[in-house]
Amino acid sequence: MLPAAVLVVLYFFLPVILTIGISFTDMSSVTGFSNWKFNGISNYVKIFLHPDSLRIFTSTMFYVACTLCFFNVGMGLLVSVLAYHLPKKVGGFFKSLWLLPRITPAVVYVLMWTMIAADAPYGIINQHIFAPLGLPTSNLIPNNAMFFCILVNGYIGASFGMIIFSSAIESISKDIMTSSLVDGAGFFNRVRYIIIPQLRWPLLFVTTYQTLSLLTSFESIMLLTDGNFQTEVWALWSYHKALNNYYGNFQYGFGAALSGVLVVVGVVFAIIYLKFFKFGELVKEPLIDEM
Amino acid sequence: MKRKEPIHWGQILIFIILLILSLPIILGYLWLIISTFSKVTYGLVPVDKSGNFGGFTLSNWTFLKEPDIWWASWNTFLLAMFMTVGVVMISSLAGYALSRIKFSGRKEFLSLTLVLHAFPSVTLLIAIYFVLKFFSGIPILDLFMGYNTIGGVIFVSLAMQLPLGVWLMKGFFDNVSWDVERAALIDGCSRLRTFWSVMFPQVRPGIAALSIFSFMTGWSSFIIPYTFLSGGAGHSVISTYLNTLMQSDTVSINYNVLAAVGLFQLIPILIFYFFNQNYLMKIFSGGSHGGV
Repeated sequence: MLPAAVLVVLYFFLPVILTIGISFTDMSSVTGFSNWKFNGISNYVKIFLHPDSLRIFTSTMFYVACTLCFFNVGMGLLVSVLAYHLPKKVGGFFKSLWLLPRITPAVVYVLMWTMIAADAPYGIINQHIFAPLGLPTSNLIPNNAMFFCILVNGYIGASFGMIIFSSAIESISKDIMTSSLVDGAGFFNRVRYIIIPQLRWPLLFVTTYQTLSLLTSFESIMLLTDGNFQTEVWALWSYHKALNNYYGNFQYGFGAALSGVLVVVGVVFAIIYLKFFKFGELVKEPLIDEM
Repeated sequence: MKRKEPIHWGQILIFIILLILSLPIILGYLWLIISTFSKVTYGLVPVDKSGNFGGFTLSNWTFLKEPDIWWASWNTFLLAMFMTVGVVMISSLAGYALSRIKFSGRKEFLSLTLVLHAFPSVTLLIAIYFVLKFFSGIPILDLFMGYNTIGGVIFVSLAMQLPLGVWLMKGFFDNVSWDVERAALIDGCSRLRTFWSVMFPQVRPGIAALSIFSFMTGWSSFIIPYTFLSGGAGHSVISTYLNTLMQSDTVSINYNVLAAVGLFQLIPILIFYFFNQNYLMKIFSGGSHGGV
C-alpha cells in the first residue's frame, strides 16, 4: 500500500500540482530554473491570443471526432458484430488480428504505415494500386496527413472497443438471439434492434473513455508526422513547446499552461465517469471488518 | 442449444468484409517480414539490385553486430523487467488492501487512482521532467532516479502503470470469495499470511496477466524513454534506437534494416502474445469490469 501511495504521489499528484504551478510562471530555458517569476494567468491569455490556437484546436477536435466515430466506436462495433456472426475460430482469429496494432511497439507500427503510404516503388499502395493503374504516385502522407493520423490511431483504438463490445455481445442471452432468429429477423434487424440497444452502456463507456485518451495521446502522431502538415494536436503542441523543439527555447510555462487546459478537460471527464459509471458500488466498504 | 450451422454465403460475405477491413494490418506485417529478409523491397515484392524478383538476404541483420543495439536491448530488458516486478508487487499489495481492508482515505485513494487510470499521463510529462531534474540534483539519488538514467525512466513508467495495475488487481481480489478468507482468518492466520498463502494463489491468473501486460508495455514504450533519455550509448532503448535510425539525415535510410530492427523488437512481443492471448484479452477488457 505504502509504495503505491508514494509513487502515485511522486509521479502523479505532484506533477499535476507542478503543471498547474508552472503554468502560472514564465519559466523557460531562457530564464533557467532559478530565475523565473510568477506572471499570473498571462500564459492562459497567451493561449487565447495565440494565432495557432484556433487552428490547433479545430484540428484536435476534428481528429478526435473522426477517430472516435469511425474507428474506436464504429469500427470496433462493426468488427465485433461481424466476428460474432462467424464461426468461433474464425472470429477469434480476426479479434487477435485486430489486437496486433495495440501490442506492436509504436515505432514499429508507425514504420509499417509509413511504408504503406510511401512513394513508389517502395510504398505498398503506390506500387501495387496506383502504379499499375497509371495514376501519378507520390508519398501519400503530406497531402492526406490528417487522414493517415486518424487511420493509424484508429486501428489501435478500434481494438479497445472491439474487445469490450465483443464480451458484451457474448453476454447477451442466447435465448434472445435465438428467438430473434425464430421470429425471422435478418442480420440488419438483429443488429439494429437486438444488439445495439443491449450495448448502450458499453457504447457510452467506450466513447467517454476514448475521447479522453485521444485528446491526450500524441505518440503516434509525433512519430508519423511530428505535427507537420496541419496535424499538430493540442497535446503535441504542448509537448513541442515545453520539451522538444528545433529552436531550443523550451517554454516550460507556456507548455504547462497548454497541458493545464488538458488537465482541466481530464478532470471534467473524470467527474463524468464517477457520476455515470456507478462509482459508489465500486468503492463499497470491505465486508471483512464488519464481521 | 448446440447446433452445427452450415456455412452459408452470408458468412462468406462477412468474412470478406472483415478481411478487407483488416488489410492494412495484414499488409503492414507482411511488409515487415518480407523486407526484413530482402535487399530492396518494391511494395511487397522483394527484388535484387537490378529490379528482378529475388534478392533474399540476411545482411539486414548485421546490425546485431553493433554494441549499441545490445546496450539498447539490455536497457529495454531492464526497463521491462523492473517495471513488471514493481507493478505486480505494488499493485497486488495495494489491490488487496483496497479490496479487503478498511482504512481512512481508502475511498479517496480509489477515486483518485480511477481518475488517473482514465487520465493518460503523457500530459504530465513536463512536470515529471522537473521531478526528475530535481532528483538529479541530489547526490546519491541522481545515479538511479535522475534525468537521463534508465532508473528514472523505470520509476516513471512504473508509476504510470500503477493505476491500471491497482484497479485490475483490486478487481481480481474482489472476485475471491469472502468465505475462504474469513475461514483463514478465523483459523488464526495473520493478515499477511492470509494474503500470501490464501489469497495470492487465487489471483494467480490476474498476476500472470498483469505481468505479461507490464512486460509488453515496458518493452515497447517509446515516449517516456524518448523524453527522459538523451540517447546515445547506454542511454537508449530499442524504440528510441529505431527512431534515431528512422530520423537520421546523414545516411540514406535503409528501410530493410529498419524492418529488421523492428522485427527484432517485435519478436518477444509476438511470442508473448501468441501464448497468452486469453490473459491479455482479460486485461484489455479488465478495465471494464464493473463499469470502470
